[in-house]
Amino acid sequence: MRTPPSLLSLTIDSAVINLSNITDLSPLPDHILIDLFLRTLRAGKLTERVLKLFIATGKDEVHSLIQALNIQVIVTPVLPTKIKDDEIDIVIGAVSSDMTSFLNEWRPIFSRFHLIIVKDPDLKEELKIPEGFNLDVYTKSDIDRVVGSSTSILFSGYSCRYFGYLVSLKKYIISVDDDCLPARDNKGFLVDAVAQHITNLTNPATPFFFNTLYDPFSEGADFVRGYPFSLRSGVKCALSCGLWLNLADHDAPTQALKTRQRNSRYVDAVITVPARALAPISGINIAFDREVVGPALVPALRLAGEGKFRWETMEDIWSGMCVKVVCDHLGLGVKSGLPYVWRTDRGDAISSLKKEWEGVKLMEEVVPFFQSVRLPRTATTAEDCVVEVAKAVKEQLGSTDPVFARAAGAMLDWVKLWKSVGSSSSPPGV
Amino acid sequence: MAEPATISPATLLKDELDIVIPTIRNLDFLEMWRPFFQPYHLIIVQDGDPSKNIKVPEGFDYELYNRNDINRILGPKASCISFKDSACRCFGYMVSKKKYIYTIDDDCFVAKDPTGKDINALEQHIKNLLSPSTPFFFNTLYDPYRAGADFVRGYPFSLREGVPTAVSHGLWLNIPDYDAPTQLVKPLERNTRYVDAIMTIPKGTLFPMCGMNLAFNRELIGAAMYFGLMGDGQPIGRYDDMWAGWCTKVICDHLGLGVKTGLPYIWHSKASNPFVNLKKEYKGIYWQEELIPFFQSVTLPKDCTTVQKCYIEISKQVKAKLGKVDEYFIKLADAMVTWIEAWDELNPSGAKSAELPNGAAK
Repeated sequence: MRTPPSLLSLTIDSAVINLSNITDLSPLPDHILIDLFLRTLRAGKLTERVLKLFIATGKDEVHSLIQALNIQVIVTPVLPTKIKDDEIDIVIGAVSSDMTSFLNEWRPIFSRFHLIIVKDPDLKEELKIPEGFNLDVYTKSDIDRVVGSSTSILFSGYSCRYFGYLVSLKKYIISVDDDCLPARDNKGFLVDAVAQHITNLTNPATPFFFNTLYDPFSEGADFVRGYPFSLRSGVKCALSCGLWLNLADHDAPTQALKTRQRNSRYVDAVITVPARALAPISGINIAFDREVVGPALVPALRLAGEGKFRWETMEDIWSGMCVKVVCDHLGLGVKSGLPYVWRTDRGDAISSLKKEWEGVKLMEEVVPFFQSVRLPRTATTAEDCVVEVAKAVKEQLGSTDPVFARAAGAMLDWVKLWKSVGSSSSPPGV
Repeated sequence: MAEPATISPATLLKDELDIVIPTIRNLDFLEMWRPFFQPYHLIIVQDGDPSKNIKVPEGFDYELYNRNDINRILGPKASCISFKDSACRCFGYMVSKKKYIYTIDDDCFVAKDPTGKDINALEQHIKNLLSPSTPFFFNTLYDPYRAGADFVRGYPFSLREGVPTAVSHGLWLNIPDYDAPTQLVKPLERNTRYVDAIMTIPKGTLFPMCGMNLAFNRELIGAAMYFGLMGDGQPIGRYDDMWAGWCTKVICDHLGLGVKTGLPYIWHSKASNPFVNLKKEYKGIYWQEELIPFFQSVTLPKDCTTVQKCYIEISKQVKAKLGKVDEYFIKLADAMVTWIEAWDELNPSGAKSAELPNGAAK
């Protein structure tokens, strides 16, 4: 039969639980103080305040324990992330020249990281960038120098961001459009989009079975009854797609019809987009594991009338479907949902309507194509997959519209470029 | 694409919807739901001892069936209805004459939304069922038919009409619907996250359908909502709704119907005993590993154009492929056929049923 704990032992345990109410430890006898210290340590409750309480007693034994265990009062914050800041690049495609308010608003969140700013080659004005950031800026001359004239890829407009993905040396990329600012959540707190994207990328995705309580790896959630146990370890998440408050990513006809509609609904969820389900993956607010899927984000589909507003582009939608197909084939996950960014009002949907109708029409071909494309088992890396998709694009869509034939060519050029310029990517699952 | 007009909750589908409640204890929980449920007709399925008198609170319009009633009405076919398990609720679906069903457990109460307002779960389910679903392409802004939302850029216009919604799967605040092993490891976890979204589960994706807070279009999919053989005399429990959910999803995918999940939330108050649950679920946890690949690979021939035909076809495949896993599935396959026979008897096909022209089946 177990010996029941002594009254003294129970009292010390109770003190550990109630540490937050204790303001002075000096009345305690030495041996009890040491015991309390050790139990506090073991319980993981030695905070800065509590440590100071123990030090304030002035007892030698406490002091020598602290020395022996090398306990230090921390001055700089210890960040609880497994990912080091230097594994992350933040890539911004600068379509407007004045980045002052954009970068200043993002400063609390971005300042820790290295930034890659790629200036749209069509932009004539100089970029205005505030001080205090660790960044590299790439302009038309850099793009020309690195890429040369051999490629059919045009890095102009929003597609300039892909150049940043190409030259980055980091594992994770976070990319937001330059007209997006940090959003606030339902409680009014500033959303740290970078931290949320990293959380999404470093926790498994669950594409093979839908969890009705959404992300099972988030705090306070789990897999529900009926979710097969063999699928609960999930797969690596390669892409994280965030959402937008205020100006949501609607197409031009929709926004033109509902001119005053703004997205004010903050949906507190991250979900894995199920395998084989396609979604329009907007490029406005994304993050991805560059080493695993970098080559699959392709600057390929360029509308004849592509412009400088998102309503006038489809490049990211094409790229996103390509990535999803590649991820499905390679057994990787894609998440959608948090984090939100605040997208500022910009542009006029009705005038964009004249340009984007072409893109809207093309989607009718694009979606059935991606839904039916099948990749061979021999394609085991993102590069291989992109080459296969490009072949299929040429065969099945090439004759429908010249824009597709050009896209196929751009995809092949992109893979060549990636292999020669981009730092090596490792096979998925590593 | 227009939202259904804002009619007062008391009149929305009042004569077209039945609320099916399985119970073995009492119906006190109905008091809290009175403002929302009173206009509707209730079908109470009393499980367990038929001699026990279940008191229904005053003022509700209801019909009540106990085991004796089930045996009398179905005769030998009553063998397909479970005893001593809330799976018996599917008898209520069979015997209803309405177009829509809402089913809720007797330990589920009215929840509050983040503003503190009481949630009318029934009204939200009705909205979900009356607006289309979008299973062929995932909308990243969730339900595009909700006020304040829409389709995102890149969503093909040809897919924006959506398809009819067959099932609306609601969620639960407070006690989450975890399996026994998870309950044992996290006995204190409560679901406090109110996720303000409804979404269509994409075609080809399976999900765990919970029967605690569920609504469906009986005419479109009712015949697939068989909750299986559970409880007394059966080797398995707590997989009734899961089984119905997998069959239903496969059939909905085949017939081009939609399944939504998300809002509304109810407040789930009672945590069942995890040790008791473990005993019931134990076999299911292992069998699940065979069942999921089975359902993921089920294909239905083009000539299965009604729910009943699809269901019979699934029962054949259950017998052929899952019979090897355990004898139970042979019994279950037979019960599935019995269910359809009973369904057709009680719901003669003079009435509407979901028959789609051959072209619509994908």
